[in-house]
Amino acid sequence: MNAPFAMHEIHLDQIKLGTSARIVAIDWDSLDAPDASRLRDFGFDEGVAIEALHLGPFGRDPMAVRVGRMTVAIRRKHAAAIRVLPDRK
Amino acid sequence: MTPLPLVAVVGSPNAGKSALFNALTGARQKVGNYPGVTVERKSGRLVLADGRPVELVDLPGTYSLEPSSPDEAVTRDVLAGKQRGERDLDALLIVLDASNLDNHLRFALQVIELGLPTIVALNMIDLAKRDGLELDSARLSRDLGVPVIETIAVRRRGVEQLSAALDDMLSAPRCGVHQHAPSDLIHLQRRAREIATAAVISETPVRRLTHRLDSVLLHPLIGPLILAAIMFVMFQGVFAWSAAPVSWIEAGMGQLSAAASAVLPPGLPRSLVVDGVIAGVGAVITFLPQILILFFFILLLEGTGYMVRAAFLMDRLMRGVGLSGRAFIPLLSSFACAVPGIMATRTIDDPKDRLTTILVAPLMTCSARLPVYTLVIAAFIPDRDIGPGVGLQGLVMFGLYLAGIGGALLAALVLRRGVLKGGGSAFMMELPKYQWPPLKDIAIGLLTRAQIFLKRAGTIILGTTLILWVLASVPQAAPGQRQSDVSIAGKIAGAIEVVVKPIGFNRDISLALLPAMAAREVAVSAIATVYSIDSTDDSKAQRTLAQKMRGRWSLATALAFLAWFVFAPQCISTIAVTRRETNGWKWPIFMVTYLFALAYLAAGITYWLAVAAGLG
Repeated sequence: MNAPFAMHEIHLDQIKLGTSARIVAIDWDSLDAPDASRLRDFGFDEGVAIEALHLGPFGRDPMAVRVGRMTVAIRRKHAAAIRVLPDRK
Repeated sequence: MTPLPLVAVVGSPNAGKSALFNALTGARQKVGNYPGVTVERKSGRLVLADGRPVELVDLPGTYSLEPSSPDEAVTRDVLAGKQRGERDLDALLIVLDASNLDNHLRFALQVIELGLPTIVALNMIDLAKRDGLELDSARLSRDLGVPVIETIAVRRRGVEQLSAALDDMLSAPRCGVHQHAPSDLIHLQRRAREIATAAVISETPVRRLTHRLDSVLLHPLIGPLILAAIMFVMFQGVFAWSAAPVSWIEAGMGQLSAAASAVLPPGLPRSLVVDGVIAGVGAVITFLPQILILFFFILLLEGTGYMVRAAFLMDRLMRGVGLSGRAFIPLLSSFACAVPGIMATRTIDDPKDRLTTILVAPLMTCSARLPVYTLVIAAFIPDRDIGPGVGLQGLVMFGLYLAGIGGALLAALVLRRGVLKGGGSAFMMELPKYQWPPLKDIAIGLLTRAQIFLKRAGTIILGTTLILWVLASVPQAAPGQRQSDVSIAGKIAGAIEVVVKPIGFNRDISLALLPAMAAREVAVSAIATVYSIDSTDDSKAQRTLAQKMRGRWSLATALAFLAWFVFAPQCISTIAVTRRETNGWKWPIFMVTYLFALAYLAAGITYWLAVAAGLG
């Protein structure tokens, strides 16, 4: 019974809305090169604080994520390549 | 004469770069093109305090020096001094979004490393404060090694300080370019974050306005409803608000042709001016109000930051037909005109995604179709209500828009399953902060559009109208003959008629189709010119164009004509811009072929069904 406060690493597409987290690892190799470079442009990097803000109305896709002080829309597919550690509430 | 000192304005998208450029240069702007690429070169003139002029060039926004689109490649090449058609830069102005320092500084560091004299504008400092972010620009300046000026472009704050700093920079002797090897990206990124953190004096987490707005506008249920409502208001506005100005223009044209008739002797010269120039061009200029209203909405939606939200909401649905949410913006712009719409596809990274968007963009109901639709609907669809506030004419118009959208989605689906299979599936966009765009910027945008449209009316439309007038007037008909049967244009129409007769098109339509290749709205002026030339006796001339059409077309023909224009790629500009954007003739030819095939089929099916229903 450790669910509510557990410190589990999860993939970004599994995160609950409104949860802030820190990026643990990004599986760069699973991404197409242009997608990876665009993610980097937007500041996705190990150690960066992020927060899941909004989900698209159809199929909960794409998702809007705060990275640093910037809000970025990405598809779930790409979010799945990002592993995060949710902050302890 | 030595050329003016050249200063490039660079920055990430959404950093307020263009607003700052507008604030610095005012309306003294020039839009051109870089040779060989389709990227616009926007430049303007800034006059320094001592009266020295400087040329500013607004480079396409980019997040890094590794381009992922043709626009971004231009920025890189200009900065490196390798862009054809651009001279070497004397200085750089980097525009940073003050509240996004940690992300945008990496690009700034990359650019500063190039070794050019550089100034940083720390822009939208007010929005950063609104978000509870206090910055130390002196510290930032020390860490970056270049002057940093706080600005609020939309309120022209900091503009004088910027221009003073530019003055200093351009007056100082240039001490050679000391370029060093570029640092690697990950290193730069981390240094950027360190500098950003050091520059922050205090950071209070404030519930941000943008976040609050987004929780409504991006709400899974309310969001799409609001989007639908905005689009409804937009198209409603295009028709409702334009009624008054359109009637003024029509009245003005009426007076003009009355005056011209009074001055000119009857015969060919009068016919040329009244039937050719005034009737033809006038019929098209009456649509300027609608086009401007549509562009007003699009500029407003882009300027406030809502357009990207619309893309976010629509992404999943667009993916259903193999496109991305990014395609939504070009497609929405195509409701105004496919040319800027197709140009807006440059922001789509994936080539196949982009090509599909280009190929279906002409199916969106552009404003040039409005003259045609409005005319035919007014002539043939009874003006009666079929429910509270729902008129039959409006419903038909709505149906035509829907047919265009449906056709575009279907075409995208087929293209992505067939010739344009595969390719990436990325949708990554920054959601900028909401802000109220300065009305001046919107006014500048509208002015440019109006100029382009009037120039078109003055050149392409006037030219084709005049040629048509000549072809339709020569040779002159003998008494008892109809002018449109005897003339050269009539003979050409006779040949076209053979092809389009099965889909219910008569001779007048055949005659209008050829000049309408120049632009769809020319169909209206062509029909107006032909009927105006044909009506020899004065009582007939008094009848409106709609009345004349009712006398000559069946309802089935009118409906088939509408269906034709939903699909037909009758616009030279669209074909030309497609050739430019796809670098060759292959795709424009493909586009024209499949759209004409669809148009023929749609008009045919409409006509045959209508005849079967007894409307022939």
